[in-house]
Amino acid sequence: MKRMQTEILVIGGGATGTGVAWDAALRGFRTLLVEKRDLTHGTTGRYHGLLHSGARYVLKDAASAAQCISENRILRRTHTHCIEDTSGFFVVTPEDEDDYPDRFAAACRRLDVPCTEIPASSALRREPLLNPRISRVFELPDAAADSFLATHATAQAARQAGATLLPYHELTRLHLSGGDGNRTISGATVLDTVSGEELHIDADLVINAAGAWSGQVAALAGVEVKMILGKGVMLATNARLTNTVINRCKMPGDGDILVPIHTVSVIGTTDEKVAGPEDLPIEQWEIDLMLTEGDELVPGLSRSRILRAWAGVRPLYQETQPPAESNQSKEGSHSNDQPVQEMPQDSRDATRALALLNHRQRDGVRGFITITGGKWTTFRLMAESAVDAACEQLGVSRPCRTAATAVPGVDQGHYWLGHRLSEVEDEQLQSELVCECELVTRSMLESAAQRNPTVTLDDLRRDVRLGMGPCQGGFCTYRAVGILHQLRTAKTSPVVGEWNVAHMQSPAHHHRDSSTAEASDSASNSASAYDSLQRSAAVDPQAAVSQPNLLLRDFLQERWKGVAPILWGQQLRQERLDELIYLSILNADHLPVDDKESPLSSFYRSDFSPSGSNQ
Amino acid sequence: MQNATVNSVGLSLNACIKCNICTSYCPVSAVTDSFPGPKYAAPQSERFRDFGHPYYADAAGPISRPLAGGQMPDASVDYCSGCRVCNEVCPTGVRIAEINARARARIVAARGLSLRNRLLGRNELLGRIGSIAPGLANFVLHNPIGRRLAAALFGVAEKAPLPRWHHETLNRWLARTRAQRLRSDRKVVYFHGCATQYYEPYVGMAAILVLEHLGYEAIVPPQNCCGLPMLSNGEFTAAESHHRRNVARLAQYVDAGHPIIGTSTSCTLTLKEEAPELLDLESDPGTHALKLATWDIFEWLRERLDQDQLPSDLRPLDQSGQPFILPYHAPCQLRAHRIGKPALDLLAQIPGLDLRESHARCCGIAGTYGYKTEKYQIAMDVGAELFDYVASQTSKSEPDSEGSVSFTACDSETCRWQLEHGTGLPSRHPIELLAAAYGLYDLQARRPADGS
Repeated sequence: MKRMQTEILVIGGGATGTGVAWDAALRGFRTLLVEKRDLTHGTTGRYHGLLHSGARYVLKDAASAAQCISENRILRRTHTHCIEDTSGFFVVTPEDEDDYPDRFAAACRRLDVPCTEIPASSALRREPLLNPRISRVFELPDAAADSFLATHATAQAARQAGATLLPYHELTRLHLSGGDGNRTISGATVLDTVSGEELHIDADLVINAAGAWSGQVAALAGVEVKMILGKGVMLATNARLTNTVINRCKMPGDGDILVPIHTVSVIGTTDEKVAGPEDLPIEQWEIDLMLTEGDELVPGLSRSRILRAWAGVRPLYQETQPPAESNQSKEGSHSNDQPVQEMPQDSRDATRALALLNHRQRDGVRGFITITGGKWTTFRLMAESAVDAACEQLGVSRPCRTAATAVPGVDQGHYWLGHRLSEVEDEQLQSELVCECELVTRSMLESAAQRNPTVTLDDLRRDVRLGMGPCQGGFCTYRAVGILHQLRTAKTSPVVGEWNVAHMQSPAHHHRDSSTAEASDSASNSASAYDSLQRSAAVDPQAAVSQPNLLLRDFLQERWKGVAPILWGQQLRQERLDELIYLSILNADHLPVDDKESPLSSFYRSDFSPSGSNQ
Repeated sequence: MQNATVNSVGLSLNACIKCNICTSYCPVSAVTDSFPGPKYAAPQSERFRDFGHPYYADAAGPISRPLAGGQMPDASVDYCSGCRVCNEVCPTGVRIAEINARARARIVAARGLSLRNRLLGRNELLGRIGSIAPGLANFVLHNPIGRRLAAALFGVAEKAPLPRWHHETLNRWLARTRAQRLRSDRKVVYFHGCATQYYEPYVGMAAILVLEHLGYEAIVPPQNCCGLPMLSNGEFTAAESHHRRNVARLAQYVDAGHPIIGTSTSCTLTLKEEAPELLDLESDPGTHALKLATWDIFEWLRERLDQDQLPSDLRPLDQSGQPFILPYHAPCQLRAHRIGKPALDLLAQIPGLDLRESHARCCGIAGTYGYKTEKYQIAMDVGAELFDYVASQTSKSEPDSEGSVSFTACDSETCRWQLEHGTGLPSRHPIELLAAAYGLYDLQARRPADGS
């Protein structure tokens, strides 16, 4: 069994875990992160993409609202290129209650959330598809955030600071020693899900940042962390309906947010309490509800083309320990000002504020911290509070630096919708397009496949948006598989130097700054290059999962899961064409891969009612 | 602006299933890399533009929120010729050419309009100015130095087939021949378009003679440019004011139930479809009424034919005893009417006429497209398919139909000029052939048979 040694071991490769690794590495800790699948495979990659201004929670969850607006300001500096400065409208429709808007505006002022009421006519002029019956509109600094890119950029910042990130390494055991009241976590055993090898990790401290899976991780330490898992269903439209984030100006409910993210608008969400973080069925009533509520914001949304449905799970947490213990547990945490509440019946009512569980005080387990709750918007703050608590346990004092440190790529400025198209046009890359819908060029795909952890095509989707457009993989899947096959069989010289993640979504990155990208990363150590290279199973001839047929089948299955729940109208027509391509022409359902499985094959077909994934 | 809905033109991109049929038919992307194809330019790129905002402008300027730094992300859409072959072949109904036209309007809004494109959009104004002294105007524009200057100063392709001003406008002919014009209870309105007014009044004469031969009085009320050249060049605001003026001028005839009949397929298409759709005027009552009242002349004549109202005194066209072989090209703009090819139905009534239908996709000129220096060669390459077809009719004759080709026929003016330029053969509007077959018109000299 291979062994590794580290100071801080982070469990979970979502926004929070990656943020923790970045924060810890910046503070000089030797840091290792393990994630059982790809980075952002969980909730981070399944959210609607809203960078909250906090306004949504001003009347319901003041603590969360305060955290959101503060982090909103910080992330605009540290992750500029991952954010599109869309601004946000809170609109009052005839169905919304009368006194809420004034209370809302007052609460925004109280909490220092910048809020300007604008005439409804101006709002309609900017967003002509908005419901013309809206009576009042407030503009707030909401924005759209690319959680895939942000996490990858954070991951690269973490690597540059010396952290090692191991995706496709699943936690199997936490090493627990000592008796009651004096138990200590000293490391973990993880399984490399690609090679099947086990890895023994010694760590001074383990930070559980597994999001919706936090309860399961805590259970391995013999600690009970009762998560409130709130499933949220989202739908993506074929193209943007608005360029501004639209919120209903009312108490947060279902289907009252419309976020323009990249080329689509996402309407969300439901909030259904579920038992576990996987196997999330999407019910017909949830789709119907999103469409009905969507029509309140943009009349006709329900009749426009819906690309896909998917569900994510909010890792909500509300402390339910007896007051004596929980007071103790709040020590040094950001949730000091949170009153202890009854366990809410509905996950909609659970706080969105972050929850830091210091298990030494809370459960008498040393070397183990859980950071959960919160929003994507507050992931940096969550990381900060977790590493603050780690410093305290490790008996060192090192200030957090993330709020003042930009991740690679911020020099590109805010994301804008035309970014890819303008680069493709400027560099005349039209003939290089592999995924035509999302303008993914061959070089983007090759860079991602060779240099970023890649086990399935779905990993490349999260890297470069492969297959996320209208045809949902219809035309790019076979092309991408062919390219990976070519990479695998070609005698190409090994790729050296870390790929500049900051430009992974940039079609022209090869033409513009390949040299600077290499140079800026030469400082990052060889270990990190090893980390990312060894995981590129899709182009590694030795890896079982590199079989082209398997890559193809897995990705088609993954795309199908999100399309099946919304299969009507224009998207049905699309799927019929895709069916003709893959089943009638390529015979894809009879490819000789029956005895081969990727680590995700079963996930993609885990249930018949599809749980989908982001867009 | 009223009635912006999720199902308006721009959102027709939602119907795209990426099948590539449009790309494989596109005559422009087949001959140049400058245009990546209809699918790329319209449904694909539109998702990356300032999507969801139907085009319109008000006192405060165009509606679309300025893109980052006022940028329009793409430029290659300017190489779409607007021929609408893509619309014709799209199996799911994406308004590809319209999406592209709107994108060009946004480019104009973001980057401004070149003097050349402004001029090309003003063919009515050019026509009017030239008509003051047609001889001088023709001399200035049709000598090598003038053309070289126009190319250097404005970017108007030196070799492109510019029309010549006629010594008499259609209106002056109408005034001169007022006494001979038929008065009748059965009335139609003739929409001549700018080219007929200033360059080819004989097409209008042929049309009026045929209408009168059928017993209809042709009313030719004051009218102006339909706005298409401006729409093609992205100048939507000017196009809208032209369109609204036509709506106002024609309203009384539309209300009286008179059909509005045109010989220029692009003008009639603009009244029927392009202006209402591109300018978001579908719900404007005047626009809608005019749209429903407008006919292509052969579309209207075919109705008469179907109802046995067509005079049967059609005579063979004389060609010194030889069979008259006529290659006919249905212009893209006519195909966009989705009315079939009514000119063929009518010309087939002419005894002894050997009609040969071209299946070429486009002649290349596409309105003002082929007049632009950077697009001239593209237009010629697109047209090669058609030119070759015409040449093949001339050279290789089938054994049973020996004959020579003296004319080609096409419904659209710029296409005829391009055809003449590409084949060296004179080209005629089908209405000229019909008028000649009725003995009303001299096909060679292009004037009424009675010499008026």
